[in-house]
Amino acid sequence: MSVVVVQLGQCGNQVGRELFEVVDSDARGQGAKADGERYREASLDRFFSCEESGGNVPTARAVLVDMESKVIGRTLSSAAKTGRWKYGDKNYFCQKKGSGNNWANGFYIHGPKCEDAVMNLVRQEVEKCDRLSGFITTMSLAGGTGSGLGTYVTGCLRDTYPNSFILNHVIWPHRTGEVIVQNYNSVLTLSHLYQSSDGLLIHENDTIHKICSQLLNIKQISFTDVNKVIAHQLGSILQPVCTGLCLTEYSRSPLGDLMETLVTHPEYKLLSAMSIPQMSDTSLAFSTFTWLGLMKHLRQMLISNTKMEEGIDWQVRPTPAGLPVAAKISPNKELRFNTSVSNLLILRGKEVQNAETGGFNDQALYTSWTPAESALSVWQASQTFNKYERSATMVSNSQSVLKPLDSVVRKAWNMFASRAYVHQYTKYGIAEEDFLDSFTTMEQVVASYSNL
Amino acid sequence: MTQSIVVQVGQCGNQVGCRFWDLALREHASVNKKGIYDEALGSFFRNVDTRYSDGDCMDLPKGKIRSLKARAVLIDMEEGVVNELLQGPLRDVFDSKQLITDVSGSGNNWAVGYKSYGFQYREQILENLRRAAEHCDCLQCFFLIHSMGGGTGSGLGTYVLNLMEDEFPDVYRFVTSVYPSAEDDVITSPYNSILAMRELTEHADCVLPIENQSLVDIVNKINQMTNSGKLGAAIKPYTLISGQKEAKGQEKPFDAMNNIVANLLLNLTSSARFEGSLNMDLNEISMNLVPFPQLHYLVPSLTPLYTLADVNIPTRRLDQMFSDAFSKDHQLMHADPKRNLYLACALMVRGNVQISDLRRNIERLKPTLQFVSWNQEGWKTSLCSVPPVGHTHSLLALANNTCVKSTFQDLKDRFVKLYKKKAHLHHYLHVDGMEQSCFTEAITSLSSLIEEYNRLDATKGLPVSDATRLSIAM
Repeated sequence: MSVVVVQLGQCGNQVGRELFEVVDSDARGQGAKADGERYREASLDRFFSCEESGGNVPTARAVLVDMESKVIGRTLSSAAKTGRWKYGDKNYFCQKKGSGNNWANGFYIHGPKCEDAVMNLVRQEVEKCDRLSGFITTMSLAGGTGSGLGTYVTGCLRDTYPNSFILNHVIWPHRTGEVIVQNYNSVLTLSHLYQSSDGLLIHENDTIHKICSQLLNIKQISFTDVNKVIAHQLGSILQPVCTGLCLTEYSRSPLGDLMETLVTHPEYKLLSAMSIPQMSDTSLAFSTFTWLGLMKHLRQMLISNTKMEEGIDWQVRPTPAGLPVAAKISPNKELRFNTSVSNLLILRGKEVQNAETGGFNDQALYTSWTPAESALSVWQASQTFNKYERSATMVSNSQSVLKPLDSVVRKAWNMFASRAYVHQYTKYGIAEEDFLDSFTTMEQVVASYSNL
Repeated sequence: MTQSIVVQVGQCGNQVGCRFWDLALREHASVNKKGIYDEALGSFFRNVDTRYSDGDCMDLPKGKIRSLKARAVLIDMEEGVVNELLQGPLRDVFDSKQLITDVSGSGNNWAVGYKSYGFQYREQILENLRRAAEHCDCLQCFFLIHSMGGGTGSGLGTYVLNLMEDEFPDVYRFVTSVYPSAEDDVITSPYNSILAMRELTEHADCVLPIENQSLVDIVNKINQMTNSGKLGAAIKPYTLISGQKEAKGQEKPFDAMNNIVANLLLNLTSSARFEGSLNMDLNEISMNLVPFPQLHYLVPSLTPLYTLADVNIPTRRLDQMFSDAFSKDHQLMHADPKRNLYLACALMVRGNVQISDLRRNIERLKPTLQFVSWNQEGWKTSLCSVPPVGHTHSLLALANNTCVKSTFQDLKDRFVKLYKKKAHLHHYLHVDGMEQSCFTEAITSLSSLIEEYNRLDATKGLPVSDATRLSIAM
């Protein structure tokens, strides 16, 4: 089954481009044998369409949307330059004036104005799919186009395709320094997406930045580096994989399976990802990994809420099940143990069937109401992914999102208490009550996740 | 891509504007080697075919550069500066239809500029603005350049600002205002400034206040450094502030100062014109930096003001650039943002700088700066990959900081000193439509602006506490 990617705003378009790049190069890197061929075909069918007229260069199943032309122009040309894949010549929509970091401008002004054009592009892309699994949107929370227009478009997708899955991939802004009104934009986006999305997969810019500097040893980190790491993790989640025990049958519905295993309750839709191992190409050549070691590290990363394989707190241990919530939180209110609703473990590489995943089944890792049988799912593929001989990615619906979420809501609320910047939004037709509604929704989500 | 129109009013406005167009052409010439008219060039210039110049020239949206025309409206109530412009090297960039001049000047009187000339030239100005706007595909921004002390710039300039708001409410209005020195030779400059201030406070989206005295100080300092020979060998004199390859000895006295302002405008718009990994569109500036409608005065600072000879950027020197942007000496106003309270701050970086450099420097500088409690992380950043001509990198910092109020307070004191004695008042009240209430209303408006800054400033140093959150019943 195929997915259609909708890339929104500067960040969304850059991330989307790297995603297709990873997916394409990974598929090409597979061996010439029958199983490699099958993997390649499954991946191709998922992300690319092939038109006779297109000179047999695979065309990304993507719709590019931005309110200014610079980024889209560069994205299209850089993809075409690879010669291996491209974007559809007409699969983009852009305007001349950006949204100016203003969620309300993106949502109330640009949204209705470009609805017809964008949905038309989406429809054409959907018609090219034999079977549609659903949509992935790539967008940032901070800006105006990705967040505001992205929210609007997600709503349109939900209305037009009520039976398809929608995964919103959102980039969580840096704690400081990108956009001053990012916390408002984030609260407004998340609260609206919570109504229309099936699941929100979150990548924090700060975390990825750390991975780049500490694991990949990059001195001057550029946005391309950051986006590559994000795309690597996304790719390892979305590339063909076997959801059953049989290692020859690839999953049919990548998004459906993801939602089914991870979003078991409509109140809990925030997903985060962590991958292991991640290192620079030079170190990779001199490293070997065992499944035993990988699983041990990944488990501790999960329960201590460390998004990368460095600085893991090995002191964190699961409390015996049945203890009240308060006992899990240390006196300084720092959340130490990361409680999950459900987890999905994706293993790729050699001898994948030997990986021992029992440690993730421990009931103490999960909240009390999660049934034992739906707590953990393990997906496997015997193909190596993106040059890593063995690699594992954990997609987790857990409290790990709580800290960044709480801090965004807190900062936005502080600002709102002084009514700072509110006039910039109200001039585009949003009312103070709408802000309050969004805050209420997000406080509800924060409360739900803290009480796991 | 969007376009902007520069409206230069009065002697100062036209001199600064003139330097701006010169530097803008140089900048695009160094980026655009092929001579093809592109979108970046289109943001400030039209490409026209002058061969068929019956009436309005035809726009050539694509292809080779034929003849570039500035998207500008030039207004002065004297002829001197504009005439000089028309005889200078920039004459081909302007069309006689873009000019509005008179012969008699405004006599350093805001009321003459605003009330008399405003009324008299209203239709002509509107027509010029409309014509310039019609040449734009998607007009985003007006840049008004004027001075506060005189009559034409402050009076007619702020009148034009009102016209823009009425006629083009959706187009952003950025105003570059040059404030008079304390020892200004225009005795009525406090009157003019404060009458103009009220208009700026009410009708502009963003104001970039620049003090004449700061420009003088910066230029003097650079002269001193180049002449003393301390750093002499390493400095190419004037590379940033003159923008000319070689100082030919025929620079006009204000050129160096005006170049600083012109560079400010170039850097401000660079991220909207050129590519970068983190773009900042012009509409993002007011969105991020203006938390309350009237507090839209952004103190600019520009680094480096001179360039070092070699082109590599060792990290330390790059970091120095960031430190400089916050030092008192590099502000284009007499103000010390470090001792006052930041409401928000933008860093606009050009050249070979990565996001990690930006983040490192923000982390490094943050402890030395005070931000308002609800905007502890009030940073907006942009990265533009095209550096200014002759540089590897540059930084423009815009600070929405309570330090501007000291300049406003000085102006107010000088105003009150004059006004108490009713000095020169009759010159203003002569003018049709000018009443004493204009003065009282203007001073009230300024006082309440200062009061707002004071109110925020008073929160400085108080412990930061969170607002009580909404509680959720589970």
